[in-house]
Amino acid sequence: MHRTGALFGQFKTLEQQKDTATLGMWIFLVTEVMFFGGIMLAYTINRHTYFHAFAMGSNTLSLPLGATNTLVLLASSFTMAMGVWSAQTSRKQLLSIFLMLTIILGFVFFGIKYVEYAQKFHHHLVPGKNFDIGYCVHNPNMCPDVSATELQEEGERLDAAEKADPNLQAHAQLYFSAYFGMTGLHALHMVIGAGLLFWLLKNSFSGQYNAEWNTPVDMVGLYWHFVDIVWIYLFPLLYLIDRHK
Amino acid sequence: MSMVSTAPAPKMPEKHYLNATYGIRSWLLTTDHKRIALLYLASVTFFFFIGGFFAMMIRLHLLTPNGLMLTADQYNRMFTMHGVTMIFFFLIPSIPAVLGNFFIPLMIGAKDLAFPRINLLSWYIYIIGGMFTMWSMVNGGVDTGWTFYTPLSTVYSNSAVAPTVIGVFITGFSSILTGLNFLVTIHTMRAPGMTWFRLPLFVWAHYATSIVMILGTPVVAITLALAGMERIFGLGFFNPAMGGDPILFQHLFWFYSHPAVYIMILPAMGVISELIPTFARKKLFGYPFVAAASLAIAVIGFLVWTHHMFVTGQSTYAAVAFSFLTFLVAVPSAVKVFNWTATLFGGSISFDTPMLYAFGFLGLFLVGGLTGLFLGCLGVDINIHDTYFVVAHFHYIMVGGAVMGYLGGLHFWWPKMTGRMYPEWLARIAAFTLFIGFNFTFFPQFILGIMGMPRRYHVYPPEFQIYNVMSTAGASILAIGYLLPMIYLTWAAFYGEVAGENPWPATGLEWKTQSPPLTENFEVTPVVTWEAYDFHNRPDLGLEVPGGHGPRIVAPAHGDD
Repeated sequence: MHRTGALFGQFKTLEQQKDTATLGMWIFLVTEVMFFGGIMLAYTINRHTYFHAFAMGSNTLSLPLGATNTLVLLASSFTMAMGVWSAQTSRKQLLSIFLMLTIILGFVFFGIKYVEYAQKFHHHLVPGKNFDIGYCVHNPNMCPDVSATELQEEGERLDAAEKADPNLQAHAQLYFSAYFGMTGLHALHMVIGAGLLFWLLKNSFSGQYNAEWNTPVDMVGLYWHFVDIVWIYLFPLLYLIDRHK
Repeated sequence: MSMVSTAPAPKMPEKHYLNATYGIRSWLLTTDHKRIALLYLASVTFFFFIGGFFAMMIRLHLLTPNGLMLTADQYNRMFTMHGVTMIFFFLIPSIPAVLGNFFIPLMIGAKDLAFPRINLLSWYIYIIGGMFTMWSMVNGGVDTGWTFYTPLSTVYSNSAVAPTVIGVFITGFSSILTGLNFLVTIHTMRAPGMTWFRLPLFVWAHYATSIVMILGTPVVAITLALAGMERIFGLGFFNPAMGGDPILFQHLFWFYSHPAVYIMILPAMGVISELIPTFARKKLFGYPFVAAASLAIAVIGFLVWTHHMFVTGQSTYAAVAFSFLTFLVAVPSAVKVFNWTATLFGGSISFDTPMLYAFGFLGLFLVGGLTGLFLGCLGVDINIHDTYFVVAHFHYIMVGGAVMGYLGGLHFWWPKMTGRMYPEWLARIAAFTLFIGFNFTFFPQFILGIMGMPRRYHVYPPEFQIYNVMSTAGASILAIGYLLPMIYLTWAAFYGEVAGENPWPATGLEWKTQSPPLTENFEVTPVVTWEAYDFHNRPDLGLEVPGGHGPRIVAPAHGDD
């Protein structure tokens, strides 16, 4: 089908085309909900069965880093929404600026995520042969980034958790399976989203989007917000299991 | 009474989608839904014959009680690759991606699907997934069964599980995109006057199928992704050694894979709903009920999955509930069968090949459906679980139902797809060969199952031999029945008699354009002013209908049968 202006040949009106794209995107997001739904079910069942291991694993995550990332993503949702608004009101320069801001915030998220992942590797918290939930407690000099008071608290929690769950080592690996599985899939979606944003930015530089034709901006916006919402769920599910003293 | 013989012989149109452009690029980069359907046709046929080869290996091996030629390990690989190929690479895409792709836009009066480029993308995704799976087949194969149960697949199996699982995972997205495309197309691309209750039931069936594809496939995708990551990176959700739960895998797997059965059978039901009114010359009995039954099957189909797991030790109360829901899903299926049968009553029936397939479908689906009720019954299931009774049951549904529907549809629409008729008598012979071969292959398996022969074993006690020999003999007849249509349909595409716009004649919008259609389907967007299958108010079909709104029509659909 050939494209006539911004209208693709299989459609009669721009309105029909826009409705079609919007419906398609929402249906796609439904499939994404089902996709994440499967792993969230696995998480829920295991968290219910092995609460102590999950609480133990959750407390090794850095709350400041996680909370910062949540704020970063919320901010990126805001800039994305502003980008959509700029496109709809034909503010072409503003659109490019907001797209760039969204991309930058996305990369801030990746940076923080990298720091967190690296920490987990150094602390032997990746499921597999070398996994050891008590690694930092037993080898404090290998974990210089964890302060003495934190280590002491972690040691107390570890003793309590080992009493409550004799097979803590195995079950804590399930927590980190969930952690890496869920955040990994989320990060993969972010990477795809960043790629889409770069594509929008390229088109935006050549001034393609305006009040008549802004469907791609709108659709990528929906996708980006969806990925943010996934994180809004992941943050409490993974970081805030047992934070109260 | 015959209208066809008096009309001048039809000519092939000068310009159509097949000769609009030439060259390999014009096919591999096409966004025309009709060409993409033909790409799918070639690829699913390829996979069908690969899967058929594995089936023949299984049947040959089981000729003798100790097995004819395969080791236990090779046998495991054969039945696994048979299942994987047939289910994920043939049955699931067959009717939707070939016939649905080709005819949904034509039936609703659209120029194309809503997202033509995504349509092409879905074919490429399918091919990439297929390549991964093929790669694993030539590198030792897989031996886990098509169900990939953990921890066998994730920990113990010493075969190429990872590439197969990756291949199936990838192909799933092709199915998701096809379903998404259909749903959106049916919502937004209908021609003026094509209201929801004027849609052909083929379109309703695909609407319901698409819902299952949209809601089910992502779940199996994440399940296979987790199983794959468990095998490759050592995650632990399904690994009992880490406290994970293999039963969780089964729940997640069947949450998709039971509804997937409806991805296979609903489109076939859609085909039958087109064939029966056309060749009975009668409006389909109870149109809204048949349409609603499709949706009901799609919805209830999501609530029956643990009937595959009655022997896993799940809660008895859950099992009772799922047993009840399994019975419930038979209700809309039966509504359809009764309505098709009621349509035949008082109709002017002709026995053209597509109608033979429709009759074949009715009988085989009935047997397959009713034996499904035996299996859904808790007490009986404990006894015949994982026996050949199950094998026979689902082959009656998938081969007797889905493949019969697919072949019936291919014959019915072949004149529209290629502009040429298939050889009628040869086709009738093939249809009978298939029916006889099919029953010969799979009916003895019901008896084997009742006698207690378990599935997936490479040897069996000598008293089972007679039924296994019958089954193998039937399979060779079946193989001929499948080779015949492939040969003569290919021949007919080039040398068959020119069909004309509407050879049967049938009532759908797809028959209101030339055969083969133009790239843009219709010269002008059609306006629909009639109800589906309404032979009485369709003077354009050239049928003599006594008394206009009279109770029955006497002219047969085609020829002078």
